[in-house]
Amino acid sequence: MEPLIELSAVRKSYNLGLPSEAEVLHGVELHVSRGEFIALMGPSGSGKSTLLNIVGLLERMTAGSYLLQGEAVQDLDDAGLTLRRRNTLGFVFQFHHLLPAFSALENVTMPALLSEGRISQPQRERARDLLAAVGLAAAMDKRPSELSGGMQQRVAIARALVLDPPLVLADEPTGNLDTASSDEVFVLLRRMHAERGTSFVIVTHDLRLATRCDRLVELVDGRIAGDRAVTR
Amino acid sequence: MLSWPGFETRVAWRFLREGRMQTLLIIVGVAAGVAVIAYISALIGGLQSSTVAKTLGSQAHITLRALDDVVTPARPPEPGATMLTQTQPRAQRLRSVANWQALVPLLEQWPGIATVSPMVSGAGLALRGEATQAIALLGVDLDRYDRIVGLRGKVVSGVARLAPGEAIVGRELAVDLGVRAGDRLTVNTGNVSDSVSVTALVDLGVKDLNRRTVIVQLRAAQNLLGLPGGATELDLQVRDVWAAEATARQLAAQFPFKIESWQESNAQLVSALNAQSVSTAVIRGVVLVVVVLGIASVLVVSVVQKRREIGILRAMGATRGQILRVFLVQGAVVGAFGSVLGVLLAVLLIWLFTHFVRGSDGLPLFAITLPVKTALQVALLATLCGVLAAIAPARRAAVLDPAQAIRS
Repeated sequence: MEPLIELSAVRKSYNLGLPSEAEVLHGVELHVSRGEFIALMGPSGSGKSTLLNIVGLLERMTAGSYLLQGEAVQDLDDAGLTLRRRNTLGFVFQFHHLLPAFSALENVTMPALLSEGRISQPQRERARDLLAAVGLAAAMDKRPSELSGGMQQRVAIARALVLDPPLVLADEPTGNLDTASSDEVFVLLRRMHAERGTSFVIVTHDLRLATRCDRLVELVDGRIAGDRAVTR
Repeated sequence: MLSWPGFETRVAWRFLREGRMQTLLIIVGVAAGVAVIAYISALIGGLQSSTVAKTLGSQAHITLRALDDVVTPARPPEPGATMLTQTQPRAQRLRSVANWQALVPLLEQWPGIATVSPMVSGAGLALRGEATQAIALLGVDLDRYDRIVGLRGKVVSGVARLAPGEAIVGRELAVDLGVRAGDRLTVNTGNVSDSVSVTALVDLGVKDLNRRTVIVQLRAAQNLLGLPGGATELDLQVRDVWAAEATARQLAAQFPFKIESWQESNAQLVSALNAQSVSTAVIRGVVLVVVVLGIASVLVVSVVQKRREIGILRAMGATRGQILRVFLVQGAVVGAFGSVLGVLLAVLLIWLFTHFVRGSDGLPLFAITLPVKTALQVALLATLCGVLAAIAPARRAAVLDPAQAIRS
């Protein structure tokens, strides 16, 4: 399969050079291919979010190498990282993180707006289709504050997919939802994966959901402790 | 390819709309600052224009006279020698500007000079019946002199006309002598005496001037003052009153005459006006600083409040430049809205001043207007200040670490 992400010997330390310096990732190796649906699990403080931020080009690693679609990105400047983030990655966060001042539709079209300075009619249509696909056809003009947690997360998923990125990173996307909403969101992620072939890396604490992914990567104390295909 | 300002303006606008009360308060704050600046500019401008107009209403912008008579030492001091001398200064006699007829067309061509008017002036007495008053006798070419001081506009009685044997007199002098337009009075300059008919009474704006001014035809004054064909001074009107001093200096470098601008002859007034201008500039500067600090403080708070949104936008691929511009646009919008509101407020204040503040005579103290140019300048300055004020918060927003911002 076509490699999407190749992380080698990734180390990450905080407070470099200070007495409080702490290394949270100790030589992580992770390869993700196009079309994979991966769960990233681990106890709190194991470095899952840090690893996800590094994969998402939101944080820089302290050492190691990172090939994103075959391109070394660890030494890119901020503008380079921003451009690749925009073109290659979609994000879904635990707390939805929608822009409260914008409607659901505007939130979904935001990546297109910041990318091109305007929203074309096809992009607007695509955003509408995505919102309809996640079951929010009737709530497009509502503000996030008018939506339930599950609905907000579905808006966030639509937003992550609007520019059709090859990879979506989800940091505990169901962590803040009740079981029913959590299942709904997870089913939606799987459906998007199946329909679009988008790769997903999902950080989760929920073993029930993790075992419904195709591959399960376990991180313990900043090291990959397990990486296996899930058999159902 | 990146294009803006679609993203920046839309996000900036929504951020401002979201913080409605905060935005409203700062716009009102900016408006108050702009209103103060515009109103003070208009008020001081009006006051200064009125003062200058009153001052220059009765005098030329530049006067050109013959050089003073000075005593020339009979024996020049030897180099290195110390001399003890006592010199009696010479009494200044009435002297004509040499060759003034040739000088007038030359001066009329001089850049910045609008009008040249020859004048013969000297002292004399005005007599009528038992009454005698000391006067300043002015001999002028009426049309030219009118362009200098707007004499026809100052007529309070009669018709301004200066044929041979006619005179225009100050209003208070007319009262003192008991004359009206059409009456006759006698002008005596020591050796020569003449009877003139009063054609008009004028109010020159200063009672003291009104009490001693008698204006006659140039030729008549030459005869009365014993200066046939002469002119004791040339009065010049310049197009820009504030350029009078520079023009006077240029003329003094070129011509051997005593040339004095209105600023030199009204040094105290000019100092007062300058002090006023400096004070106004200081007030405007302080208000602008307050405006800048106000906008900056609100935007700093906004950056803190919008930390997470900034993080999300950065995660979605917003560049540092885009985030920077989102906040710069907010500063500009606040500045621009505040400017418009402030200018309207200033116009209201000016209207209130013009309609309700009156002098003891019941008339408006002086005319104040807000020129469009000043309004635009103030508005532009405030908008610019909005952008400047936004620079520090915008930079702060732009350098936010997206991962940390999202976690916050």
